[in-house]
Amino acid sequence: MLWGSGDSMNAASFSALAEFLQNRSGIVLTPDKMYLVETRLAPLMRREGCADLNALVAKVKSALSGPIADEVVELMTTNETLFFRDGKPFEHLRNEVLPRLAAARGPRGTIRVWSAACSTGQEPYSVAMTAKEIAPALGGCRVEILATDLSRDVLRRAAAGRFSQFEVQRGLPIALLMKYFQKDGSEWVLKEDVRSMVSFREWNLLHPPTPLGRFDVVLVRNVLIYFDAPTKARVLDNIAAVLAKDGVLYLGGAETVLGVSTRFVPVDGARSAYALA
Amino acid sequence: MKTVLVVDDSRIVRKVARRILEGLGFAVDEAENGAEALAFCRSKLPDGILLDWNMPVMNGIEFLYALRAEFGRDEPRVVFCTTESELESIARAVEGGANEYIMKPFDAEIIESKFSQVGLL
Repeated sequence: MLWGSGDSMNAASFSALAEFLQNRSGIVLTPDKMYLVETRLAPLMRREGCADLNALVAKVKSALSGPIADEVVELMTTNETLFFRDGKPFEHLRNEVLPRLAAARGPRGTIRVWSAACSTGQEPYSVAMTAKEIAPALGGCRVEILATDLSRDVLRRAAAGRFSQFEVQRGLPIALLMKYFQKDGSEWVLKEDVRSMVSFREWNLLHPPTPLGRFDVVLVRNVLIYFDAPTKARVLDNIAAVLAKDGVLYLGGAETVLGVSTRFVPVDGARSAYALA
Repeated sequence: MKTVLVVDDSRIVRKVARRILEGLGFAVDEAENGAEALAFCRSKLPDGILLDWNMPVMNGIEFLYALRAEFGRDEPRVVFCTTESELESIARAVEGGANEYIMKPFDAEIIESKFSQVGLL
């Protein structure tokens, strides 16, 4: 045992799990993430009747594209999120990017937004509410949002547009809760006019996104931190290939393109926003 | 240092809220009901108020209307913090001049998020 807990796995199993996750999702699993592995996989281990996590990894290895392997990927890649996370990108979208793109695309045009690791939907719905709030300034230009994630499970939750009382209090101003949500028992449900602005699709960021079409705005926030340098560069190159010339890429607050890709340059005066070089 | 008045008839809620708010860098005072809170505000107006709804003597919504009538709608910033979670209650609080609204139970992250939204962080 490497880490002392009863559910811990040996070094060989950890390496095998790390290799499997990197191949499937690009995520780099370092030994300091052992607690994460234990927390997230222990319930699956028990459900599957495995004696320990080594046995669970052995099951994954025996059927790399089977349902248990899929579930392991989902459990290890699902990230917590909140509405209007970090604030600034949404202010930048509202005050500058969406009005500028709407003027360029015209009243019959469409602004396409890609929320590339949407998790349970807070990010794409925050974009949708932002667009709703400034609808008059967009002069009839439509905003269409594609939200993708590797995890089928979170996509199902996201598409339902249902959030717990706890979730709607994290980042969402009360005025927007009142305007765009309805209460249903103990949950809050997004109104149809916001939900219908977002479509959901399962997608692996490691794949070339050309089939998804071109985008004017791409948000891929707090995802690159999990990738190694070559994978980060590959994902950024892929995004550059589908981003419109006047489009904007948003990364997470702790992420940058500097030293990783030469395809993007920081947008002046806007944190975490990048344009094509 | 910015100041927050925690108004709640539960000693435990006041204690938990105080710990969270002090951790966020606020100086915290406490009141057990709306009447006490109003008296406090007359002597020293805080930057923010974390306000329960259901309290004896003077409840949160009565206090809010009295506060806004006396001191105007801009200051202090008021964050309701209550078990009332129906849209009608939220609307009533916002109409009365609440700047944000927390539905109990709460945690440190929610408090931080709401005090940030009202411009105190």
